[in-house]
Amino acid sequence: MNPRTAAVFDAARTQHRSALIGYLPAGFPTVDDSVEIFQTMLDSGVDLLEVGLPYSDPLMDGPAIQESVEIALERGVTTADVLSVVDRLTPAEHQAVYVMSYWNPIERFGVQKFADELAAAGGSGVITPDLTPEEADAWIEVTEAAGIDRTFLVAPSSTDARIDIVSGATTGFVYAASTMGVTGTRDTVSDAAPQLVGRVRERTRQPIGVGLGVSSAEQAESIAGYADGVIVGSAFIRRVLDAESSAEATAEVGRFAAELRAGVGRSTHLSEPDA
Amino acid sequence: MTASADTVDARSSAPGHFGPYGGRFVPEALMAALDQLEEAFDAACADPDFARELADLEKDYTGRPSPLTRAARFERECGGARIYFKREDLNHTGSHKINNVLGQALLAARMGKTRIIAETGAGQHGVASATAAALMGLECVVYMGKEDTQRQALNVARMQLLGATVIPVETGSQTLKDAINEAMRDWVTNVATTHYLLGTVTGPSPFPRIVRHFHSVIGRETREQILEIEGRLPDAAVACVGGGSNAMGLFSAFLDDPEVRLVGYEAGGEGVESGRHAARFAMGAPGVLHGARTYVMQDEWGQTIPSHSISAGLDYPGVGPEHAWLHDSGRATYEPVTDAEAMEAFSIVSRTEGILPAIETAHALAGAMRLGRELGPDAVIVINLSGRGDKDVETAARWFGIDTT
Repeated sequence: MNPRTAAVFDAARTQHRSALIGYLPAGFPTVDDSVEIFQTMLDSGVDLLEVGLPYSDPLMDGPAIQESVEIALERGVTTADVLSVVDRLTPAEHQAVYVMSYWNPIERFGVQKFADELAAAGGSGVITPDLTPEEADAWIEVTEAAGIDRTFLVAPSSTDARIDIVSGATTGFVYAASTMGVTGTRDTVSDAAPQLVGRVRERTRQPIGVGLGVSSAEQAESIAGYADGVIVGSAFIRRVLDAESSAEATAEVGRFAAELRAGVGRSTHLSEPDA
Repeated sequence: MTASADTVDARSSAPGHFGPYGGRFVPEALMAALDQLEEAFDAACADPDFARELADLEKDYTGRPSPLTRAARFERECGGARIYFKREDLNHTGSHKINNVLGQALLAARMGKTRIIAETGAGQHGVASATAAALMGLECVVYMGKEDTQRQALNVARMQLLGATVIPVETGSQTLKDAINEAMRDWVTNVATTHYLLGTVTGPSPFPRIVRHFHSVIGRETREQILEIEGRLPDAAVACVGGGSNAMGLFSAFLDDPEVRLVGYEAGGEGVESGRHAARFAMGAPGVLHGARTYVMQDEWGQTIPSHSISAGLDYPGVGPEHAWLHDSGRATYEPVTDAEAMEAFSIVSRTEGILPAIETAHALAGAMRLGRELGPDAVIVINLSGRGDKDVETAARWFGIDTT
């Protein structure tokens, strides 16, 4: 595991809480604004940042992420910009910066080059929502060499055999998609989430983050009761989309991050002592 | 193998791949459904009852076998080569698309799924899906780019008359590629009750294999018919290639006959230099789109470039992964045909043969005119006449300046 990723989950465990994981696309609403918003997220209590790489065909994403990504792409954001955003962030020792990207932009950039340049920019890992371990031989090799983590996903429909494949190929943390569906805020996070985390927990000792649909501090609190990380994306995006100015967006995102951070700290997190 | 294949990992032996192409690049939530589909398909292929049921439908509902028609007057435009049309335009619903939808709808029913979803560009696959759903009593939802719903309003009405719900997709470029994204989003959410009836030989494994299988009847019939008429195999078998399902259906029967040249014609739009085309092989590069590795029109950062063609059915920035492999291995060749060349062929075939071809098909006809002149009068060429052109009358009238008001 990348040392920063390890520090994120160690620190959270020591404080008997879950880690807060926050997502926004890079370049949304502009490259400079997104650097400021990301840094504010880190400064307001987000432990692990997912810097989204905007892609033209985000087939796992709901309306909020689609809209934000379209805005970023219309303004011409590139993979090089995304890496520069990671480079400009200054996470504390116990914080980590990941990139979340669909596979084609990484393959096009060059898998080796992407892993190396991300590591050089201070990134700790990559989440690839449409890459399954079966297609990831080259990716596993280059991330291993570059010392960055790779997160694959499990879903409620994953069989035990697939959970083994996914967690076996993952380093860092396993991303548990809480529900069958796309990203987006939901009033309730489905019952499938605790069951899925329970099933994954039986089969791996890696930290487990739960995402898809988390939109309030209350939901974050309840998920923190069983997961090692709580992932929030679309709810951050909504705040940026609704803001009248970039200053307001930054302030709203910071305030929301702090609320969520309080949420993940309120529940009694039942982590195994030496997990 | 060409250099482009060498740059990608060799995974030729992995199941679900065609050389380095194909595979499954999908959210994990879909993996179980793809496994289930693969199992159901393999079981169906081994089940004589399934084969019989499908064969009965093909005969009594679709009207197969489709004829192989000698195009004696069109031949003069093709350097005198003997030209045959495989008449998929005579199938029920007017194109080859029905072959695949009947097979997949039967599969959906076998899997206990009560709802099918489909993507459509021009509306041909949507109409075929709505038809199969009506026939088998399944709920049907069709995703169609908003721009396409306006361009193809008649097909939207057709689907609605057949009982389907058409959902206009307003994201991205509002065309076929975005309709596929939206169908995938629906599928991932409703996968327990829903089968995604994908309309061409693209997408994650096992779709390319399934769709080819259900269209392979085109090639099997053609092979039998040409042997009977000519007493030998053709020198070339050609088809238009959007996603590539009609071409794969035809090619599949001749893959092991090296003397049969296989040629696919992709949309050159306003010319490949114009940037407004769908020439994936001429101008694209290997990449991943909609669940499979294949040739993709993409920019230097891997963002999909919107395609263009006068024919909505060829207007797609990706292509079936088996075609990508046939291209790299050299077994098939692919050439662009421009809007103007296709429309010229459309007009010639209409006037010489009394057949209004689909504009998609007209790309193959234009290609055959080039190929015929190259091969000379002793050659035998089979063209997949993949669809009829009734749906394109308005576009064609506009192109040729015919007043329809």
